Amino acid sequence: MPEIRVTPLGAGQDVGRSCILVSIAGKNVMLDCGMHMGFNDDRRFPDFSYITQNGRLTDFLDCVIISHFHLDHCGALPYFSEMVGYDGPIYMTHPTQAICPILLEDYRKIAVDKKGEANFFTSQMIKDCMKKVVAVHLHQTVQVDDELEIKAYYAGHVLGAAMFQIKVGSESVVYTGDYNMTPDRHLGAAWIDKCRPNLLITESTYATTIRDSKRCRERDFLKKVHETVERGGKVLIPVFALGRAQELCILLETFWERMNLKVPIYFSTGLTEKANHYYKLFITWTNQKIRKTFVQRNMFEFKHIKAFDRAFADNPGPMVVFATPGMLHAGQSLQIFRKWAGNEKNMVIMPGYCVQGTVGHKILSGQRKLEMEGRQVLEVKMQVEYMSFSAHADAKGIMQLVGQAEPESVLLVHGEAKKMEFLRQKIEQEFRVSCYMPANGETVTLPTSPSIPVGISLGLLKQEMAQGLLPEAKKPRLLHGTLIMKDSSFRLVSSEQALKELGLAEHQLRFTCRVHLQDTRKEQEMALRVYSHLKSTLKDHCVQHLPDGSVTVESILIQAAAHSEDPGIKVLLVSWTYQDEELGSFLTTLLKKGLPQTPS
Amino acid sequence: MAAHLKKRVYEEFTKVVQQQQEEIATKKLRLTKPSKSAALHVDLCKAASPADALQYLLQFARKPVEAESVEGVVRILLEHYYKENDPSVRLKIASLLGLLSKTAGFSPDCIIDDAINILQNEKSHQVLAQLLDTLLAIGTKLAENQAIQTRLVDVACKHLTDTSHGVRNKCLQLLGNLGSLEKSVTKDAEGLTARDVQKIIGDYFSDQDPRVRTAAIKAMLQLHERGLKLHQTVYNQACKLLSDDYEQVRSAAVQLIWVVSQLYPESIVPIPSSNEEIRLVDDAFGKICHMVSDGSWVVRVQAAKLLGSMEQVSSHFLEQTLDKKLMSDLRRKRTAHERAKELYSSGEFSSGRKWGDDAPKEEIDTGAVNLIESGACGAFVHGLEDEMYEVRIAAVEALCMLAQSSPSFAEKCLDFLVDMFNDEIEEVRLQSIHTMRKISNNITLREDQLDTVLAVLEDSSRDIREALHELLCCTNVSTKEGIHLALVELLKNLTKYPTDRDSIWKCLKFLGSRHPTLVLPLVPELLSTHPFFDTAEPDMDDPAYIAVLVLIFNAAKTCPTMPALFSDHTFRHYAYLRDSLSHLVPALRLPGRKLVSSAVSPNITPHEDPSQQFLQQSLERVYSLQHLDPQGAQELLEFTIRDLQRLGELQSELAGVADFSATYLRCQLLLIKALQEKLWNVAAPLYLKQSDLASAAAKQIMEETYKMEFMYSGVENKQVVIIHHMRLQAKALQLIVTARTTRGVDPLFGMCEKFLQEVDFFQRCFIADLPQLQDSFVDKLLDLMPRLMTSKPAEVVKILQTMLRQSTFLHLPLPEQIHKASATIIEPAGESDNPLRFTSGLVVALDVDATLEHVQDPQSTVKVQVLYPDGQAQMIHPKPADFRNPGPGRHRLITQVYLSHAAWTEPCQVEVRLLLAYNSSARIPKSPWIEGGEGSPQVETSIEGTIPFSKPVKVYIMPKPARR
Repeated sequence: MPEIRVTPLGAGQDVGRSCILVSIAGKNVMLDCGMHMGFNDDRRFPDFSYITQNGRLTDFLDCVIISHFHLDHCGALPYFSEMVGYDGPIYMTHPTQAICPILLEDYRKIAVDKKGEANFFTSQMIKDCMKKVVAVHLHQTVQVDDELEIKAYYAGHVLGAAMFQIKVGSESVVYTGDYNMTPDRHLGAAWIDKCRPNLLITESTYATTIRDSKRCRERDFLKKVHETVERGGKVLIPVFALGRAQELCILLETFWERMNLKVPIYFSTGLTEKANHYYKLFITWTNQKIRKTFVQRNMFEFKHIKAFDRAFADNPGPMVVFATPGMLHAGQSLQIFRKWAGNEKNMVIMPGYCVQGTVGHKILSGQRKLEMEGRQVLEVKMQVEYMSFSAHADAKGIMQLVGQAEPESVLLVHGEAKKMEFLRQKIEQEFRVSCYMPANGETVTLPTSPSIPVGISLGLLKQEMAQGLLPEAKKPRLLHGTLIMKDSSFRLVSSEQALKELGLAEHQLRFTCRVHLQDTRKEQEMALRVYSHLKSTLKDHCVQHLPDGSVTVESILIQAAAHSEDPGIKVLLVSWTYQDEELGSFLTTLLKKGLPQTPS
Repeated sequence: MAAHLKKRVYEEFTKVVQQQQEEIATKKLRLTKPSKSAALHVDLCKAASPADALQYLLQFARKPVEAESVEGVVRILLEHYYKENDPSVRLKIASLLGLLSKTAGFSPDCIIDDAINILQNEKSHQVLAQLLDTLLAIGTKLAENQAIQTRLVDVACKHLTDTSHGVRNKCLQLLGNLGSLEKSVTKDAEGLTARDVQKIIGDYFSDQDPRVRTAAIKAMLQLHERGLKLHQTVYNQACKLLSDDYEQVRSAAVQLIWVVSQLYPESIVPIPSSNEEIRLVDDAFGKICHMVSDGSWVVRVQAAKLLGSMEQVSSHFLEQTLDKKLMSDLRRKRTAHERAKELYSSGEFSSGRKWGDDAPKEEIDTGAVNLIESGACGAFVHGLEDEMYEVRIAAVEALCMLAQSSPSFAEKCLDFLVDMFNDEIEEVRLQSIHTMRKISNNITLREDQLDTVLAVLEDSSRDIREALHELLCCTNVSTKEGIHLALVELLKNLTKYPTDRDSIWKCLKFLGSRHPTLVLPLVPELLSTHPFFDTAEPDMDDPAYIAVLVLIFNAAKTCPTMPALFSDHTFRHYAYLRDSLSHLVPALRLPGRKLVSSAVSPNITPHEDPSQQFLQQSLERVYSLQHLDPQGAQELLEFTIRDLQRLGELQSELAGVADFSATYLRCQLLLIKALQEKLWNVAAPLYLKQSDLASAAAKQIMEETYKMEFMYSGVENKQVVIIHHMRLQAKALQLIVTARTTRGVDPLFGMCEKFLQEVDFFQRCFIADLPQLQDSFVDKLLDLMPRLMTSKPAEVVKILQTMLRQSTFLHLPLPEQIHKASATIIEPAGESDNPLRFTSGLVVALDVDATLEHVQDPQSTVKVQVLYPDGQAQMIHPKPADFRNPGPGRHRLITQVYLSHAAWTEPCQVEVRLLLAYNSSARIPKSPWIEGGEGSPQVETSIEGTIPFSKPVKVYIMPKPARR
């Protein structure tokens, strides 16, 4: 029984460390290779020993696919390929390929240089790892080998994020990675065609949330910023370098442009600057507006947003600053925050979630006095705002995607178990497909019934077409032929051709049947009566009376003879080939009913 | 058959010969073309290979065929068709047959037998499809012939089983276009022919080819368009197609569902998987709403558009479209809109948001949440958030239409529309502002909504701001704070963009007159008056102060208590503004003062009728002119022209008519004067000096006639004839004058011929109007045409001269509605003393802003002219996008003109003016053959001449020499 097996090594009923093993029609594919942000020990990387204890990974995996550049989807890649050892192909989209090494390098720096970890991957390893990457375009079908093919679809979420369809023969799996069904200021909405996969593996971060319109959020955000700078206040927006930072930059930039504002906007140099460079390049991956207007002006060539210098923070007058990192736990954003916190005219806007224990979390939960290092107490007088700009699909969006792809079954990953449970019920209820949510290390096995293509000879097809009207689109139809299985290919040909090809002689198969009839008349007369009876009942068929006294209906032969013992009983000998089985058996039943009494 | 065809060909040949003989006998100047069919026959016989034949056919298709020779051509083509083996040639012939049968004046019933005949023997699918297309062309031409229709339908049904999708497509198209509308009694008698076209087409909804499915739906829609009532069963079939794999099928199915829902809105359909039943229109609405989140944006646009026109849908369903139940971690959450409303009603409007302000409230029953509503839930929420702006615009339009028909829905959709004011694409923002204006009768803005609306006033796009001003003109504001807010924001806008002055003043005028009671309590604050102290008198020239005054004075018009709050200088300012900005400041009843303007207004209305009468009378008086002596006629004309001009100045509504007729009379006057000249009696050598007046008159008449033809909107064909006739007279006059003043005959030849061509052209264009021109110049001219053709130029001139003198004055029928095109350049104002400096050789951009009234098709006709002091003139074609259409008959041109020149020593003025370009030959109708035939690109109509129609504005510029 053919089957698809799925085992999450990470992201099963969990967020972070995305890594899913899929075996489909004998091919093994690994989807994503992420790290977990919550752990600093071995648990931060997926347990690759699950795949093979001893022996090389390359022998077991046909390919690795990375959906996008977030570290929880690609963070373990150098470890996996260089330290554990994998030499096969790694597939990702062009923007992911470009941005991924920057983030990996940054991650390595923090882990090794700041935290001083040993036995971590090196810069060289990142470089070596990236050499194994094969970049793919959207909607490009890539043949991994003769049978396995993959295809990328647009996923929104971040620049270069993609959903992947993995296909072997007629069996297919779609893995969504992270995606967003509502377009935003710089990215479009995820889209997939009706590819009807056997299995759809979808993320479910917001399984139990239906979000409000993004317009209200945007408007609120812009209004807050605008009001503050009009009052002469300074606005601090702590962000992470990639993704939302660009979204907010575009949002503010266009607003500044529209409203003709002159207040300076800065973003902190470093990673963001580097990343913006790539955003400028990969215009085709952005949304309609940016794609259409980039000929006049590339939206990422910011006119109003300039690079930040440490000295600017003390400048008088209003300004807006994007600074990293996003949770105010260290670095530039915290420095600026300390400078500005004392003035009630200023404002800090937190555009995302903050982990417990960070300054960001503290001020969001309303704390007004913060203890800083060195026993200093910082009084926060500035306004604190929270705006959620998330780029994951909400429950409605997930359902919409499932509706678009029309899968046979769904598997949920990248979410919390409790929330998944709700969505699982919903999916089963609305779409009537089975839905799974395996935990890490748990294997889901899906039986499949792959369709097997059979080639039909043109002659046979034409012969069939000639017999009747056009075949109805969705109705099965009976067809006679011979199925030849040879060299793992199937062909349907007419029996004559099959015989010829196989070099076999044709055997005739005839059925004969005797029908006993009470009749005292002569054989000839008997035959004549049979003839006239059949002639009158079978109007559509060719009934003939042959000179030798036998009757033929099409190719069926009927002969009358006297019974050897009882002359009062006549025996009708009916004989037909197996091709005429239908007509033959009909005739015998007809004759068994007896001949009608002749009106003599 | 072949023999018969041969004979036909022969007939054609002989006919040609006869015609040519005729031509020779009468010595006509015109060239006649040799018969088409004969030439074609020869060509096709010559063709050695299919490729050659195809080339000949292609060449042949480039030229038009007259109606009388079509049949012959068709016979030739058919004959060749039978012989031809190459399918591509047959395909071309089949397509030519279709084109030919469309020729006006040709009845294709004679070729229908042949066409059906060849259809039966054809093997190639492509040719079959083309032949069916030809049959469709024939069938639509013979729409009233029932027998042929049924025959063609039969043919189509027979080929429906073809294996090629192209053929099936065409068959369905044929059925859709020709399928019998109702089964008449006669056809029932015939038995077989009465086919149920709908059923047949419906069967192909499940065809295996998506293109055929689409064609089937389109055919069904075509039936509907032709007036056949579709069965309700179609609805269920169409619903199944909504989940088709192909977008064009889904898109067409959405249309079909919409059509059925309009036909049977009230019938009841069951909801699957439950016992309930709902109205069909509601069900269809739900289904189309569902398509707003389809995978293909084409379908989404289609669905969003159609939603707008489903007005019968019940309000319960309608309001669902704006509803999207929010939740967070399985707990119910309120939308930002709901929160805003709540904050507003609880009285604390502008609270800063805290984290967790939007914290979810009650727990949700997991079973009750329906994530994929089959109903209309949130359709517009999705549509307005769509990735493609085309979908968003369609959704906004649909919202607008639905809101216009349902006030309660209008109230609900307000929040969403306001949100759209912040869309990233300007077009969408603009559209939503316009939408809001259209529904503003039904709504009152809440303060928080007003706040969002007003925030857009800072937009840098002028269109957006002006649209917003127009919106504010007709919005209802609920509180005095709202009015105050609006005023403050508008003043802010004024300081930021001073060019918006006029628009803002106008906006405040309406705002004031709509909300007098809300303005009243604000007056002391706005005028900064103090009960005890005198305050300083504000600056009268400050636009912001004028804006405030406009608001107050307009409010005071309906609020008599208000003037009591004014201080002395306010009254003085009122008097000043009433004079200088009378269109913005209404007449007020001020205590102790006379009504300044009371004398003006009552005079206007009763005046109307007599002036109309006066116009008619004076024109009639003129038209009896031919009986008067020339001297008296001239005087009468002069008087009448003067009267008409004065009338036009006094009565703005009659200005168009008066001007139009005055111009015509002036032409006549000039003509009479020119003919009265002494020069006609003087010997030849003396002409030179005096002929000035006559030729100048001819030239001026020409100019005036062009103005009459192109500068007035609402000119009908009967006026155009008269105008052209006048022009023809002017041309004749010109010819005579030239003939008299030039020596030698050679140049005259050309002029004569040209003139005769003009006459010919006139005759061809206005053949239908000729009876109207009894006894006129052209009437006589056409009588003498054969003689003129053969005469020498000198003779022609002589004949023309006598005819010109004898010709009568034609009565100019007045059109119903006529307006003179006019333009005013608002910017540049032309007052600046500071020259615009730029480096010579480089360009400087000059903003031009002008309003155009009653200009038809301004995109192609209006040009900007720049005249440099050295006499150099430059014509600029503004882009079509530079024109805006703020109201009927009104246009606005906002463009940039690029100036450049070599260096000057002194700053100097250039003149900027607007021109109206015209092309008189654009009126000739084109033949359908040329339009249909391939390979004949439409020749772009060129400019023949221009008429200046705005006052020139002087701009001071100074090109400086470039510094090295």
